[in-house]
Amino acid sequence: MSQLTSDAATSEQQEPRHSVRRTSWPAWATPALVFGALIAYPFVMQDSAAHNIGILALTYAIAASGWNLLGGYTGQVSFGHALYFGTGAYVTALLVRAGWSPWLAIALSLPVAAALAVVTGYPVFRLRNHYYSIATIAVAEIAFLLVTNTSWLGRSNGLELPITEQSLANLQFSLQDKRPYYFVALALFALAAGGLALFLRGRSGSYVRAIRDDQFAAAAVGIPVHRYKLAAATVSGAVTALAGGFYVMYVLFIDPQSGLGLDLSVSFTLMAVLGGAGRFWGPLLGAWVLVIVQDVTRHEFSGTGRSIDLLIYGALITIVAVTEPGGILALVQRLVKRVRRTEATP
Amino acid sequence: MTDLAQAIVNGILIGAVFALVAVGLTLIYGVMDIVNFAHGEMLMLGMYSSFFAWSLFGLDPLVSLPMTGLAIALTGALMYYGVIARVLGKSPLAQIIATFGVQVFLRGLAQFLWTPDTRTVTGPWADDLRIRVAGVVIGGPQLIMAIGAVVTTGAVALFMNRTRTGGAIRAAGEDPSAASLMGINPQRMYALAWVIAGAATGVAGGLLMNGYSSSPTAGVTFVLMAFVVVALGGFGSIAGAAVAGLLVGVAQGVVGLYAPSYTLAAALALYLLVVLVRPQGLLGTR
Repeated sequence: MSQLTSDAATSEQQEPRHSVRRTSWPAWATPALVFGALIAYPFVMQDSAAHNIGILALTYAIAASGWNLLGGYTGQVSFGHALYFGTGAYVTALLVRAGWSPWLAIALSLPVAAALAVVTGYPVFRLRNHYYSIATIAVAEIAFLLVTNTSWLGRSNGLELPITEQSLANLQFSLQDKRPYYFVALALFALAAGGLALFLRGRSGSYVRAIRDDQFAAAAVGIPVHRYKLAAATVSGAVTALAGGFYVMYVLFIDPQSGLGLDLSVSFTLMAVLGGAGRFWGPLLGAWVLVIVQDVTRHEFSGTGRSIDLLIYGALITIVAVTEPGGILALVQRLVKRVRRTEATP
Repeated sequence: MTDLAQAIVNGILIGAVFALVAVGLTLIYGVMDIVNFAHGEMLMLGMYSSFFAWSLFGLDPLVSLPMTGLAIALTGALMYYGVIARVLGKSPLAQIIATFGVQVFLRGLAQFLWTPDTRTVTGPWADDLRIRVAGVVIGGPQLIMAIGAVVTTGAVALFMNRTRTGGAIRAAGEDPSAASLMGINPQRMYALAWVIAGAATGVAGGLLMNGYSSSPTAGVTFVLMAFVVVALGGFGSIAGAAVAGLLVGVAQGVVGLYAPSYTLAAALALYLLVVLVRPQGLLGTR
């Protein structure tokens, strides 16, 4: 059974960068295309429900991108990222209730989440594979139970945020036209993507990928494995907290289930994997797909009283795992490659 | 004092059930290194089978145990050939996600077919039983579940360690290529492991219906404990799961005496404490 251990197979999820991007496809083209489409979306789709979908998709895309740094690029599969999302949401909620500016509150929640990532990560990163994954569940669930039993955090009733004057400074806008929320979410996503890209570009990026592919080999060539796992966890936690901070300002309410639940942690993982774990735009794609699937199935079948969204959701995830573990992006890349090959040999 | 004794006894009884729920999970892991995240949903299907055997045919959950075992054994086989066999040798993340997908699917299926209502077997035979020893009360359902758990866990452990087939399954798990040179078909052994794990999980579901209700999310409560128990005992170790189950049960029972809202937190904290000292779990090898 020892031959089947995890590290060997991870190279499979790596992107076949060299073979696909061989011809004139400049580095700025993909981001330009992605952000172009994201900016166009709220003008093409006019109704408020579509804007709501976009806002949620972008929020979850930030959180799932945060997960992706640790789970997809560093190979530490966390099932407890709701801890950071919840930290962002609760810290922001508490400070805004105390009269702080939401922007300042969100900004302050990031170092809190990062510190939490270091404190919990320091002991937990000694564990490998499934022991690590179960430990992340344990840590997040303990946080869930603590919040549920703490009165100044609202227990299971949650915390409500005051409705204030609509302005960018208050991060509150009209509910008729949700586009301002959408563009704030988009700006925060761009901020998160930029931060992640910076981390993944240089030495730290190569180091964490080496840790994912074989942590013993990485240690053997002198990479400080533990330190770089912690660095990745810190950035990952802060990015996920950013999503939580924005989420609570959009919904103006947070409770343990929506901020710290196991289901939430799992959905970050699923979004990243569905789109493509260890691929930069994977979580963004996965978040959009899952939010849309959820919304469509909820509307189409709501009349029957029996929800079908979980059925489709589950089937979709299983099919992706069975056919292309690299996610939808890998599937697309494979198709593109096949098309190019047929073009090259007429 | 009686309170403490009662808490410990309760803890041991529920701990046995935790161990039973964990057996199928640790068996699959030990043989093929896969954490089955759909385990709780297999348990949930076992609970529903038991419920329907009672509501449609009037069978007591104890009488229908062989049937629930068989039903979930079949589910296990289906899951192996339908999904697991197709992700063998792929990345661990792909395997995790595949079983996750099945989990979400099965929960959705239960919700779709049987609605989110909770289903309870009213007045099972075990309810009539009640034992009182030196002020400590043992309820019939608790006792029946614990006895069933010990018997089932023991049976699985005996089968895996003492029979030729069990040895062949373990061999396929240790080294598939060497095993196939010895005339063992690893694929078939994997399938058999899923069937056995399914049977044990189905029996666990049937036993649980003596004291718990079924619902589409019934598996979640137990499976979180099962994960903790399996990891605490050491992934793949049946004896470890048994020890860890009892330990977690007693810890929960005792903590419940003083801080009832922190029983689950106690179990999770116990896991963290143990693996931070012994990263491979209590009886794990790696």
